[in-house]
Amino acid sequence: MTTLPLSDPASGAQPPATPRRISRRPTGGDAVFAHAFRVIGASVLAVTGGIGVFLAYQSVPTLRHYGLSFFTEHQWDIGHDVLGIAAVLSGTVLIALVALAIAFPLAVATAIYITEYAPSGIRSTLVAATDLMAAIPSVVYGLWGVFLIQPHAAYFSLFVQRTFQPLLVHGTARTIVILLLVVGVVAGLGMRFGMRIKGRLLWIPFGIAAAAALALLPLLTVVGADPNAAVPDMTRYTASAFIAGLVVAMMVMPMACSVIRQVFSQTPEGEKEGALALGATKWGMVRTVVLPFGQGGVIGGTMLALGRALGETMAVVMIVSPDFVIKGRIFEIGSQSVASLIASQFAEAQGIQVSALLTAGFVLFVLTLIVNTLAAIVVSRSRSGADTA
Amino acid sequence: MTALLDPTDSTPTAPVRTIGTHLPTTDPTVRPVPRASLGGLPLESHFLTWGARLAALAMAWVITQRLLPWHGLGWLVVVFALCNVVLLAVGTAIFDTDVAVSDRVAQWAVSSAAAFVYVALGSVIVYVLHKGWPALHHANFFTHDMSGVSAKDPLTRGGITHAIAGSAVQLGIASAISLPLGIGTAVFMNEVGGPFAKIVRTVVEAMTALPDILAGLFIYTVWIIAFGLPKSGLAAALAISVMMLPIIARTSDVVLRVVPGTLREASLALGASRWATVWNVVLPTARSGLATALILAIARGVGETAPVLITSGNSPYLHLNPGSGVMSSLPLFIFDGARSGEELQIQRAFGAAAVLLILVVALFATARYLARPSSAKPSLLRRLRRSLSSIPSGSLRTLRRTATARRTPSVTAEEAS
Repeated sequence: MTTLPLSDPASGAQPPATPRRISRRPTGGDAVFAHAFRVIGASVLAVTGGIGVFLAYQSVPTLRHYGLSFFTEHQWDIGHDVLGIAAVLSGTVLIALVALAIAFPLAVATAIYITEYAPSGIRSTLVAATDLMAAIPSVVYGLWGVFLIQPHAAYFSLFVQRTFQPLLVHGTARTIVILLLVVGVVAGLGMRFGMRIKGRLLWIPFGIAAAAALALLPLLTVVGADPNAAVPDMTRYTASAFIAGLVVAMMVMPMACSVIRQVFSQTPEGEKEGALALGATKWGMVRTVVLPFGQGGVIGGTMLALGRALGETMAVVMIVSPDFVIKGRIFEIGSQSVASLIASQFAEAQGIQVSALLTAGFVLFVLTLIVNTLAAIVVSRSRSGADTA
Repeated sequence: MTALLDPTDSTPTAPVRTIGTHLPTTDPTVRPVPRASLGGLPLESHFLTWGARLAALAMAWVITQRLLPWHGLGWLVVVFALCNVVLLAVGTAIFDTDVAVSDRVAQWAVSSAAAFVYVALGSVIVYVLHKGWPALHHANFFTHDMSGVSAKDPLTRGGITHAIAGSAVQLGIASAISLPLGIGTAVFMNEVGGPFAKIVRTVVEAMTALPDILAGLFIYTVWIIAFGLPKSGLAAALAISVMMLPIIARTSDVVLRVVPGTLREASLALGASRWATVWNVVLPTARSGLATALILAIARGVGETAPVLITSGNSPYLHLNPGSGVMSSLPLFIFDGARSGEELQIQRAFGAAAVLLILVVALFATARYLARPSSAKPSLLRRLRRSLSSIPSGSLRTLRRTATARRTPSVTAEEAS
């Protein structure tokens, strides 16, 4: 039998119960806890912010001494006090792009292999191996690159130069091709954004530009040596941006691969099975379901790899021979990146040179921060990456 | 009745049907259709796969060894791979559609790219161990330092004790700094929260991808330029801890996030303060994950070369005081050896690299073991304990425990729970 709760007759007429005011503000010991940990979080923030602030502060004397020509000067000539980072910056980007050109297809293919093609028994082993690859210290990769890869890569460079030399465009033809490239890009952009043309017509200017770029591509393979000599000068083919990029690719590939793999593995099973049920082959399923789903992760992972490649130090220091010239000849000896410049020059630097190196470090900091932040935004905005981060 | 006994007669007459059971009849003239197997590829696909491989191997041999001057294993493998894909494509095109051809080619591309990656990884490990072996198998390599040993001395003299000790000291200090800070940050991001925590999380994630040389530059500007302190092992340890901090914070953050909220709520509902909840419930629940975070960070920190290069120098002596004087470490020793150009120093560098590699792999394996999903099978430790308890010393201990328990029954009740 149920009874209604009776009001306590002793207390008499009470005011009606009002809900207690609820506060989430911690009190007493909880407040101490919250504030103490807030301080810890702030200290971590201070360390990171500190890196930027200290490096920026240290670059004031550099800019006062060298002016803005510090960013446009390509030499790093301590003897004549002419320092600039134009060449090292271009070298950094060049090495990173070479690394990415090698690492990107490998990372995507390995991620697809692990998620779609690998037998389920070895899948976790492959994942562990990829993660291990990311954990191997860069100095070990450097040793491997210098002593095992470099001799073979030099012969590969020689082979590439020999193969592509007949395809080089010289003189007036080169000027025309460069003009075509510029005109194609400008006309294409103008049509797309100025005249708001979409669709097939855009293929004409961009196709011309792409063809011109393709025709210019063999220029990358020039090396200042005769490849058809009876005894080729192999020293001209070592210590190049290509070999450094090859080793850096080994380091950034697993990083990109693990991001891409995580995104791919979140593809909804239903959509994959739907594609297969409609008669798609495995590749058809990957192409139409997995790749579009993981698009954001592929771009984001690649950009993360780019950020890492820009800042890679030891492999570049150990492989390239320093050369302060802006050049695109990736197979030729000599290149330099910001990180390797700092690592190799820091021991002997004095006074204003230290400031100059710290400024170079600040530029690297800003560069990697931009790339990494963009990567994080791309990954988190994509459909697949929303809950991976 | 004869109709019933004759198995070939498939049309029994009406009176026979009144009899209850009869054998199913079979028609020997109709051959059964083989059931389609869903589990595997048809035989011709297997034939094509292996046929293309064998034919490609033969073609590659003819092309590289007999026709073109591309000698060597590298060219053989490259030409083999290219022949393989061409043969696969042609073979598939003979009896199948374009779609199947592209499927085959894509499978080939994906698999061979993955194979390339893992062969490259294997080559790193095998090459370093192989080249490091001449130095590694001398006992003095682990017990001596390089003081008084010139670069041209044989491998029976000198070793890497100083580098191992330096790495251990630096990593110990770096862990002591970055473990509490990293876990504290993770606790802040998870248990305190708020808009500020979001900023911290974003920054920590950006820090994970910080180029390692910048950590060295940062400590250099603060420690050596601003404070005017000398280069030392301590400065190197600080630089390493700057690199380890975001790794610990980020991994612990992920680990703490999966601690069930009901556990926290239960603890808070029992009247525990928030700190007591974190200390007694959240952190112990996530213990193995936090250990994984630390180990992964150590695996990263032990190989950091660039920051150490800037904040400390290399020295050939065993030096244990982090406060003053340059202190060698494993990556620095490797770097200096590789740059020296002396054959024996390079061999020593490879020996040290092999030690470093083994260390990283071991740390990595430990982290994976700790982070593995818990299974129903009792853990190795528990199984060991159980088997140990059956041997006499174990039973002795049990006996002693029972004796103690008889004397103080109130304690036993607590122990049992």
